[in-house]
Amino acid sequence: MKKNKVSGDPQNGVWKFFASVKLTVTLLLTLACTSIIGTVIPQNENPAAYFNEYGEFLYKIFGFLDIFDMYHSWWFRFLILSLTINIIVCSIDRLSSTWKIVFSKNISLDIERFRKSFKEEFSGNRTPEELSSLFMPVVSKSFKQTRVEETEKGFVIFAEKGRWTRLGVYAVHLSVILLLIGGLIGSFFGFEGSANIPEGESVRSIILRNTGREQPLDFEIRCDDFNLSFYESGAPKEYLSKLTILENGKPVYKKDIIVNDPIRFKGINIFQSSYGTLKPKEIFLSFTNRETGMIYRQRASVGEEINLPEAFGKFVIKEYSGAFDFRGHNLGEAFMGVLTPLKGDPVEVVLPVHFPSFDKMRKDQLIISVEDSERRFYTGLQVTRDPGVPVVYAGFIVMILGCFISFFMSHKRLCVEVVKKGGKTSVMVAGITNKNKLGMEVRTQKIAKLLSAKADILKG
Amino acid sequence: MNIMDSSNLLSITTFIYGFAAFLYIVAVVFKKPFAGRLGTWTALAGIAGNISGIILRWVESYKIGIGHAPLSNLYESLIFFSFVIVAIYLVIERSYLNRTIGAFTTPLAFLAMAYASLSPNISDRIQPLVPALKSNWLIAHVITCFIGYAAFAIAFGLSIMFLFKRNYMKEENHILKFFPDVKILDEISHQMIMFGFLFLSAGIITGAVWANSAWGRYWGWDPKETWSLITWFVYATLLHARFMRGWHGKRLAYLSIIGFAAVLFTYFGVNLLPGLHSYGQ
Repeated sequence: MKKNKVSGDPQNGVWKFFASVKLTVTLLLTLACTSIIGTVIPQNENPAAYFNEYGEFLYKIFGFLDIFDMYHSWWFRFLILSLTINIIVCSIDRLSSTWKIVFSKNISLDIERFRKSFKEEFSGNRTPEELSSLFMPVVSKSFKQTRVEETEKGFVIFAEKGRWTRLGVYAVHLSVILLLIGGLIGSFFGFEGSANIPEGESVRSIILRNTGREQPLDFEIRCDDFNLSFYESGAPKEYLSKLTILENGKPVYKKDIIVNDPIRFKGINIFQSSYGTLKPKEIFLSFTNRETGMIYRQRASVGEEINLPEAFGKFVIKEYSGAFDFRGHNLGEAFMGVLTPLKGDPVEVVLPVHFPSFDKMRKDQLIISVEDSERRFYTGLQVTRDPGVPVVYAGFIVMILGCFISFFMSHKRLCVEVVKKGGKTSVMVAGITNKNKLGMEVRTQKIAKLLSAKADILKG
Repeated sequence: MNIMDSSNLLSITTFIYGFAAFLYIVAVVFKKPFAGRLGTWTALAGIAGNISGIILRWVESYKIGIGHAPLSNLYESLIFFSFVIVAIYLVIERSYLNRTIGAFTTPLAFLAMAYASLSPNISDRIQPLVPALKSNWLIAHVITCFIGYAAFAIAFGLSIMFLFKRNYMKEENHILKFFPDVKILDEISHQMIMFGFLFLSAGIITGAVWANSAWGRYWGWDPKETWSLITWFVYATLLHARFMRGWHGKRLAYLSIIGFAAVLFTYFGVNLLPGLHSYGQ
């Protein structure tokens, strides 16, 4: 009757709801299934791209459900929150009874439980007193805590170890909570952005990834140099940026960073993440007179008009392209310029760096080509701050330890009962454990074997 | 060209594993214990070839001046995967003294090796590491992940055995008589799942730590990461479902099969999905 009253309490009902393993299983499976969506539909892309892909109707529905950023959607967060509450409530609900077992001072003495569990029995002729001194060393060798009880016709040894391992599962649950807390700290107090810095230049702020807004930094990052190296096969080998951190215009820290080896400075991490080419500052051009074969060399820069020899007029480079497209072929780096002859109309000229004779196709008397251009890079840096990382890493360590303890260690209890029956002494060896019963059975058998060998009595 | 390079040695190992799998299956189907014993020796020979192949490949990579552990691409990971499957299986065979399990696990190792050696999409060339893979975390990450995957592969084999035995137990089936008892199958498979779960967790964690040291974020919800988490959710479900009434035996076996499907998708399927990251290639 009393029980009915308690379960009728709505507060208790909520508690019971969140304390059920069924809820855990349901939530885990729901998380597993819904997580698939975000791997099939690319996340956080341009809205226009989604609109074209799915059409207006689906676009609206998906938009409402935050499918395009589903891992940060209200319903996904709700599922994670429910799982968190579930984990906390389940743990609290079960912890008190575990706590009593782990921290009670006495070893449990319920011999009936042992009698019902897996046991080995044998008997022999030695007296219980003799056996007591023979058995104790064997038992205490593999069990730390032992206790002997005298009985009317003999004695009982209770032994146990690994009580504390019952706490392993709580460690795993705690680790999940730590991961979530670390994640929350990161999302509230951290940021993630990027900065592209041309060689020789510096930045004081970065562009945030999520919002596209500018985030000022307390210091300046200068890129002194960027180096790129390749394997013989053409695959990239290393991206290296020589960076200097400046505070109030003074260099305070210098480091060469490569992928996997970032700068960590005052809680901010700077990673090598990409690179690109910039329009060169200096371009070395050659001008060839087709008829006479005379070659003139001149230096130029983008936007600077230069006067040409003979009667060729003027030339200016208007634009630079890192990947010039010519009838569907990528010709690589190229300059686009305008040639203004002394007589006649201006002509557009394309000068691909890697194809010096390209301009011959214009069939003019003057052939222009690029002899050399100073290559300039910018380094692409990822700049992040995440004060939640230590908490997350603590969660990682606790999770591994917790999993190991709760999967592979157990609370093992052994009972050896020796009773004098008539002229004979009978021995029962029984073992119980909270998990891996098969393993405990094997262990019990082994100890029984050792004991019967020690006692030098025949198995009954 | 050296005739006995690591690729050749590993191709031969593929056939040895194939033969071992064949012997284990013959032993079960035709009830020939002798074939089973021969299977064990063949599997041992295969594992010797497998290890030698991995070490030889490591040495070769240093000889050509690239110098990295052979755990950097799909080919190398499959080779390591097969090795772990057979190694774990042989430990199980030794402790439970039953060779029928071999008929359900060694074929997986053979298939993984055969896929690595024969698929036209998988290159067995030793390639230099791209900048993103140059990290000490690479070895820890790949080893932990694939130990986990291998344990799940064996749990999958055991779950199939469990379902066979459970569904046809009442019929007088002579083949099933030699299978371990359903309780033992359930127990070993549970052990394997716990073992796999520990290593999958360690694999995800080492991956996260690596990602944080390379890109500044430990988690980014890219398809590979998400699928590893989905796999983790499935096995976490299974571990919790064991505590619930009515969730023993068959349902757990089905969950274990779904879990392994998630493993396979994390491993191979993710490369088919849209997205920028394909570092499993």
